[in-house]
Amino acid sequence: MITLTINGKSQEFDVDPATPILWVLREQAGLTGTKYGCGIAMCGACTVHLNGMPIRSCVTPVQAAAGQEITTIEGIGNAATGLHPVQQAWIAEQVPQCGYCQSGQIMAAVALLHTNPAPTDADIDTAMSGNICRCGTYPRIRKGIKVAAAAMAAQRGGANNG
Amino acid sequence: MGKWTRRAFITTGVLAGGVLVIGVAIRPGNRSSRVAGLVAGENETLINIWLKLGADNRVTAIIPHAEMGQGVHTTLAMMLADELDADWSQVSMLEAPAHPEYANYAMARAYTLGDRQFPAWLLPTVDGFFLQATKMMSLQITGGSTSTWTTGQHAMRIAGAAAKAVLLQAAADSWGVAADELRAKDSHIHHDASGRRAPFAEFASHAAELKAPVTPRLKNPDQFTIMGTDVRKFDIPAKVDGSAVFGMDAKVRGMKYASVRAAPVFGTRVDSVDSESIQGMPGIRKVVNLGDAVAVIADSYWQASRALQQLPVQFTRSADDNRDQADIFRQFASDLDAATANGKEQTDLRKGDARAVLANAGRIVDAEYRVPYLAHATMEPMNCTAWVHDGLCELWLGTQNPLGFAAEVAKAIDFDSDKVLVHNQYLGGGFGRRAFSDYAIQAARLALESPYPVKLIWSREEDMRHDHYRQASISRFRAALDAEGKPTAWENQFTEKHDPVEAPYIPYGIDNQYIHFTESNTHVPWGFWRSVDHSLHAFFTESFIDELAVAAGKDPYLYRRDLLAEAGRFRDVLDLAAAKSDWERPLPENWGRGIAIHKSFGTIVAQVVEVEVLDGKAQARRVICAVDAGFAVHPDGIRAQMESGIAYGLTAALYGDISIRQGAVVQGNFNDYQMLRMNEAPAIQTYIINSGESLGGAGEPGTPAIAPALANAIFDATGYRIRELPVKLHDLRSKSNLETKDVA
Repeated sequence: MITLTINGKSQEFDVDPATPILWVLREQAGLTGTKYGCGIAMCGACTVHLNGMPIRSCVTPVQAAAGQEITTIEGIGNAATGLHPVQQAWIAEQVPQCGYCQSGQIMAAVALLHTNPAPTDADIDTAMSGNICRCGTYPRIRKGIKVAAAAMAAQRGGANNG
Repeated sequence: MGKWTRRAFITTGVLAGGVLVIGVAIRPGNRSSRVAGLVAGENETLINIWLKLGADNRVTAIIPHAEMGQGVHTTLAMMLADELDADWSQVSMLEAPAHPEYANYAMARAYTLGDRQFPAWLLPTVDGFFLQATKMMSLQITGGSTSTWTTGQHAMRIAGAAAKAVLLQAAADSWGVAADELRAKDSHIHHDASGRRAPFAEFASHAAELKAPVTPRLKNPDQFTIMGTDVRKFDIPAKVDGSAVFGMDAKVRGMKYASVRAAPVFGTRVDSVDSESIQGMPGIRKVVNLGDAVAVIADSYWQASRALQQLPVQFTRSADDNRDQADIFRQFASDLDAATANGKEQTDLRKGDARAVLANAGRIVDAEYRVPYLAHATMEPMNCTAWVHDGLCELWLGTQNPLGFAAEVAKAIDFDSDKVLVHNQYLGGGFGRRAFSDYAIQAARLALESPYPVKLIWSREEDMRHDHYRQASISRFRAALDAEGKPTAWENQFTEKHDPVEAPYIPYGIDNQYIHFTESNTHVPWGFWRSVDHSLHAFFTESFIDELAVAAGKDPYLYRRDLLAEAGRFRDVLDLAAAKSDWERPLPENWGRGIAIHKSFGTIVAQVVEVEVLDGKAQARRVICAVDAGFAVHPDGIRAQMESGIAYGLTAALYGDISIRQGAVVQGNFNDYQMLRMNEAPAIQTYIINSGESLGGAGEPGTPAIAPALANAIFDATGYRIRELPVKLHDLRSKSNLETKDVA
């Protein structure tokens, strides 16, 4: 048995410890927002956060996450619990097309803005170039990150003032 | 099929611009009852099979089309809702079930299978389906290619307009007034004389019983309230929180997981498989020999794929085992040579007498270009969940052709096609790949042998090595130039023609043209790839016209412009792209600028690329795109599709290369089939012209022009002419490879 904390909830899984986190999330935990794209950490569709850091869940064995915090796209926000500013920006800028890569793109963008609240274009290139989008939504992703960064800065400003 | 067609199509009235449109929306008799149980819930009334009204006055457009990112669910709903005068904030959509009453799919399918002459690209454009439908109809009645786009784009509108007409009539009956005293606005019927106003829903049940007009009056563009605006796409909220369900995400109780490996050389088969060797591995349910592939079914995908990797499989040998990519190109070249030597060229287009002019020309320019095979590499690898139970085969997957898949799967497993139920999900990319049912047939065959549902997932490697590939091709050109450098003859010979037929045709005013081709078959399976033949011919023709401009000592933009004197619509698009790019503005050192223009699927696109070449590597920094699709129904959707088409075409131009070694595809994943990434993505500015001409598509036309525009920009920057794609094959540090010969 391996214990994982997924989106704040502790769960036990009876799996081969070498199984990549991706398949445990999708098949055992029923969280299908995290996608399989390449299986070799080349496309980023499987990006989740491990203790807040973006990782490629398709190549990270589940044993490496035992007892630690995994966050998936389902834990970032939704219409019921409230959308994250990155998700709001993705809607405002109409970023997704086919949408298959976008969970991974959003996870990478959220992680970027967590460590770097005001990323430059070069910062965005560095943080986001591991995530492939075959629909070519890159210009809108770039814009979305900037829109989200501004919204988050405004929130912080509001919080400081309030 | 003929029977279907007569039932399905009726002519409708005259549109703005005097174009006769023929609709597929409204059929004689009220057919709604046949599908009501499938699409309408409690408190919902089907007005016609494309539209239902809820008791809460919500309008639902029923869209016979798969969503794969092109925004079609939204765009088609806009067209219906505008003609209906619906309140857009109260409009939803539902994807039509795979049912014969929504047989757009079946109609397209019949022609895909029945006649290869018929353009068979499937649905990647905004209006792909209706294009198919009307093309088919044009075989039955009459009609040129111009009316098809108009016809297609207005089919959904007819459903909306016809629904409005019956709602108005129902309200008139109810209120005892004449229908022409009423108007519809914001999903309400208004009687201005009395100030009376009521929601559509109030009249739904009566309206549904009225005979809908088959020639409803459609709006003029100046009456549009939804079309031409930037509404938000329906599918986006679910795609930002992980809740959108793709084929990959289908959950069926009790399902097991399968991994598959097909014989690596196309056309070979499984010779032997040592199933016993993996029986001890955890979670393994069974090994299935599918004849041309082997699958392992297990409790989890990881278990299945691990076991498959270790499974010893022998495949049969074939004459193609020794074929390499170089052999294939050698075959193309020798087949082209032989066709010319033997006079066995297949004529594609002949105008004037190009050969005679070339024979007497003072100056001839020639060039040969090559492009490789390309894979689709959709982000979501092929997958399908199948469950055979109670005499049914249920499939959960993403497909561009649900009813066609049902028919093909049924044939493969010997079921009646109405016993195969397709549950179409969001497509994680299509680009033409999901028009081929191989993955669905595999899943169905696995399920047929299993007492549980089976989710078959192709690995990325399987997806890349068992695609249906954009053809590799060689294209050769000769042109005669007069004393001013203007072309007087154009001859083009190439290998392997698919469709659309006009892909190699040029818009330029050249009096003598001879375009011909030679089939040169290989064992590599072919498939529709975003923009199909346009994807290669735009590179060929727009590179060669650029070479002619250089040979003539003219500016490439102005040279094209002069040759478009009789093609005003092209000229307008070209001018806009050049103007917005600030064509004359000097660029920094190591930068270059290239232009290209191409019409596909009814839409004209011109692109200017600004490239920077550093250390021999080309990077597109900025793309200016001008597009004339007739009228932009959803402008932001067009912009998104231009951005997408550019990225897709740029990826192929820079990196795309599927090559054959010992009969099999070499590339297997994104490490060796490289993709454009964020750090290489250019800034893109799109400018839209609403010319009012027949409507065109959006999903594909962004792709063709980008490769030649890039290659022309690289020439501008370096003097190095790219005659073979992808660009990565070339060392751009070698100053010039100019082979352009002045023969005479």
